[in-house]
Amino acid sequence: MMDESFVSIEAEDLNGRKAHFEVPKGMGLSLMEVLKGEDFPILATCGGMALCATCHVQVLQGYDQLPEASDDELDMLESLPVLTDTSRLSCQLKIDAMHLPNLQVKVLGEDNS
Amino acid sequence: MEQSAIQTDICIVGAGPVGLFAVFEAGLLKMRCHLVDALPQVGGQLSEIYPKKPIYDIPGYPSVLAGELVDKLMEQIAPFKPGFTLGERVEALARQADDSFVVTTSEGTQIACKVVVIAGGLGCFEPRKPAVGNLEKFEGKGVSYMVLDPEKYRDQKVVLAGGGDSALDWAIFLSDVASELSLVHRNNTFRGAPESAEKVFDLAKAGKLNLLLESEVTQISGNGHLQTVTVTNKQKEIQELNTDAFIPLFGLTPKLGPIAEWGLSIDKNAIEVDTFDYSTGVPGVFAIGDINTYPGKLKLILCGFHEAALMAQSAFTFVYPDQKLSFKYTTVNGVNAF
Repeated sequence: MMDESFVSIEAEDLNGRKAHFEVPKGMGLSLMEVLKGEDFPILATCGGMALCATCHVQVLQGYDQLPEASDDELDMLESLPVLTDTSRLSCQLKIDAMHLPNLQVKVLGEDNS
Repeated sequence: MEQSAIQTDICIVGAGPVGLFAVFEAGLLKMRCHLVDALPQVGGQLSEIYPKKPIYDIPGYPSVLAGELVDKLMEQIAPFKPGFTLGERVEALARQADDSFVVTTSEGTQIACKVVVIAGGLGCFEPRKPAVGNLEKFEGKGVSYMVLDPEKYRDQKVVLAGGGDSALDWAIFLSDVASELSLVHRNNTFRGAPESAEKVFDLAKAGKLNLLLESEVTQISGNGHLQTVTVTNKQKEIQELNTDAFIPLFGLTPKLGPIAEWGLSIDKNAIEVDTFDYSTGVPGVFAIGDINTYPGKLKLILCGFHEAALMAQSAFTFVYPDQKLSFKYTTVNGVNAF
């Protein structure tokens, strides 16, 4: 039986480097906040307002089990020059609302370089 | 420097909440301010992005709407008669022989000042560029990211890309202006305003617009000036369009902009400052609010207000180098209008 209190996250940065995090639920964090907290290279300029899309990720595993995107998020994604079928804004993905053991994402937005 | 330059003590780059409050703190110390902002109105993000959202962490206000906070700040700084240059982006910072500065905007407005305070928040909003090979090579030679003067496209062949409201609106407008107009969009539906989307489909049916859905511009080429745009659809079929102009419309994203070229120390898109007075490495240039960074930095309006107060104390030594600053409470001294 899976441990519902953690989500196991694998993230790949713009340079193809992968990192793995075991993230506890109940902290009220978004995926973007987790990545920033771990010093993972992702820009997230606007701080979580679905505004800059620099935290844009492609979900490689777990996309169908994520909560649905809001209109604000879909509008922002729609405006992007690069979009995949499983694109999301990591600032809008709340860890607490995830009911899946593993999430795998790849950054498509911008990093700090 | 031209004679027509605006004269002030402090030029504040960015008219968001922190830039506005800096006027108050400077005013208490008898320093005049002029604010420049790329947006056409004051308030920065608060006015542009979330005017109707409540903010809960302004001391003394259990809840205040962002737009209301901006109005209150404008009321608070009115006695100090700040000047405003809005809708213009700062471009250049030039040090003068007497150690003062001249700030020049995108429209050529010049502001002569003794101190520069950068309160630029997220930076300025710039067009997002698609990953198309050669794109930057043709900027200004057929490629542009916004339509400034639609008449420029009269009887020209134009290719637009994007699926948002601005792509739809310009497709509708330019269908009467351009000799040939194409709109390239990744999906087969639009999330923009339904009536605009409907109009675009009608224009396509009437033969006034070449609508290329489930397609993307993958390459552009030309000889000096843009000549061809290559479009690839979902089935990987390729077609080439002869064109005079290519206008990708993929929204705006905040960037540091020309400030990044001012010789300041930049870390992760933010300006490094000394927390003693929020000074940058360049004497007379300060950075406050979301645009700065230091150990423990929190991007809060509250913290930006504190930074503005400390900045003003040091700015005083540049504006009045011969005077000694004595600290006074507003409860004792009041607010002495200019």
